[in-house]
Amino acid sequence: MSAKKTENTVVVRKVVRRKMNFAERTYIPEFAKGLAVTMRQFFKNSQPNVEKRDTFTRMYPEEKTVYPDRYRGHHRLMLRDDGQVRCVACMCCSTVCPANCIHITAAEHDDISIEKYPSVFVIDELRCIMCGLCVDACPCDAIRMDSGEHIQPFGERGEAFLNRDLLMSKGSLSMAVQGGENG
Amino acid sequence: MFDFLAPATAEFLVELLITFVKVVLIVFVFVMGVASAMTLLGDRKQSAKIQNRVGPNRAMLFGLPFTRILGIPHFIADGIKMILKENTVPDGAHKGLHLLAPALVFAPSLIGWAGVPFMDFYCTGSITVDPNTYREICAVGPNGEPGVWRNYFQIMNFNAGLLFAFAIAAVSVYGAAIAGWASNSKFSLLGGLRSSAQMISYEVSMGLCLAGVLMIFGTLDLNEMARQQGYLLWGWLPMWGIVVQPLGFFLFFLAGMAETKRAPFDVPEGESEIVAGYITEYSSMKFGIMQLGEYVAVVFISALIAILFLGAWQVPFLFGDGFHFPGMETIEIPYIVVIVLRIGSMLFKILFLVWLQFMMRWTLPRFRYDQIMVLGWKILLPLALANLVVTAFIAAIL
Repeated sequence: MSAKKTENTVVVRKVVRRKMNFAERTYIPEFAKGLAVTMRQFFKNSQPNVEKRDTFTRMYPEEKTVYPDRYRGHHRLMLRDDGQVRCVACMCCSTVCPANCIHITAAEHDDISIEKYPSVFVIDELRCIMCGLCVDACPCDAIRMDSGEHIQPFGERGEAFLNRDLLMSKGSLSMAVQGGENG
Repeated sequence: MFDFLAPATAEFLVELLITFVKVVLIVFVFVMGVASAMTLLGDRKQSAKIQNRVGPNRAMLFGLPFTRILGIPHFIADGIKMILKENTVPDGAHKGLHLLAPALVFAPSLIGWAGVPFMDFYCTGSITVDPNTYREICAVGPNGEPGVWRNYFQIMNFNAGLLFAFAIAAVSVYGAAIAGWASNSKFSLLGGLRSSAQMISYEVSMGLCLAGVLMIFGTLDLNEMARQQGYLLWGWLPMWGIVVQPLGFFLFFLAGMAETKRAPFDVPEGESEIVAGYITEYSSMKFGIMQLGEYVAVVFISALIAILFLGAWQVPFLFGDGFHFPGMETIEIPYIVVIVLRIGSMLFKILFLVWLQFMMRWTLPRFRYDQIMVLGWKILLPLALANLVVTAFIAAIL
């Protein structure tokens, strides 16, 4: 096999390096400039008025993070007028969930007008990717993610499985009429 | 049998006590305090301020939030960590020398403080200043009998203080070299070689700068040097070393910074090349001592620069009885206030120089090893020689 001679198609651009002048080569004026920058930052960041400093660090536990208005970080289950869970265990959310983190067990409700309800509704927050598709998928406004809260840190794996009652405790009444306008 | 010693002994014991107090106050309170505070404030907080960060501020004592101030608990935690860590000695290391090296790094920078004057001698009588020569005259009694100058603000006064300080500073080379050799590690050996090469190179320039200062003041006594820097040149300019030896000051500052082996001259340590250099194999408090020794060396160099070039304890135009501004009436100040001002001036100068060195440290990028050698031998040394020759000519003419 003979090596095929290829034409060099690489575009070479020559960078013209500027020669340093004497003052720059002595390094002293340049060093003085650098020292001026560090000094300015030092005094700027040492002034008592924290607002005027250049530091961007947020002192986290004392100073809470300000979330944007449309922040979605924590699931909650909405309630019916009588305080029962609004969810009808239709499995839409668990079906659409790309992370497979919603586990629902449907059960028959004593009330004849309610067909099903979730006897178990667990969200595995370790798997959840906070995409909000479950909220989109829900036909009866039973699950929401607009609590404006960040999810709590977990000490144990078990704490990351948020059960129905916990999710309901974060929930509230919905404006939407259960079962639709005609229902 | 020892009766004849009794009066002398009492005096001797008082002297001993005073010396002991001086040692404790200067070395253990001031020097160690500044050096330890530097590890925290200089290295962490100051760099944080320069780099738009906050720096360590989370640790607190006994869970009390107000103890968080300036991140000082971090420093205490560091110390506790250093003490409690396991002390390891590498296999095949020379145990004795491995143990000796940190002491050889640390002790010289503490011993060097013996000659550092924080104030002129204390005058037991009334002090007057000769209006023509600005020399301070200490007198007791109505007829102006010469009073006693007591050495309260300098651990030891001897007429070779500069030589002593310089010789002692040079001893720490042995510490670094021995640490490198005794660790039985290639990284340590290279680090030790580098540090000794660097320190010896820069000591040459440092010594030549000192020779220039020596020609001007004509004394090796550090306190006498400081006293002479209070004299006024042409009647209005304090004769500080920086005024009479500007290039010498610049060179000495640079060489002194290089001598302390801190950034930007920190080639003995190089994470990517030789790990931590000659301190690679050191752990626990031995490592802490090595580090602290470097910081103490920074403070010591600052003190030397302050004494030689910034007038030591001199406040401009302040003499024993008050301010003598040129062309103005003397502003009378009690002697005790003068003492306080002078000590404050010395402390301020040292702290300022330490601060400045840290500013430079966080400004300059790290030099490459060959650049450091070029700077030392090809730039600083010829400049120092030229400075020496010019100074010699001027000193000969005047």
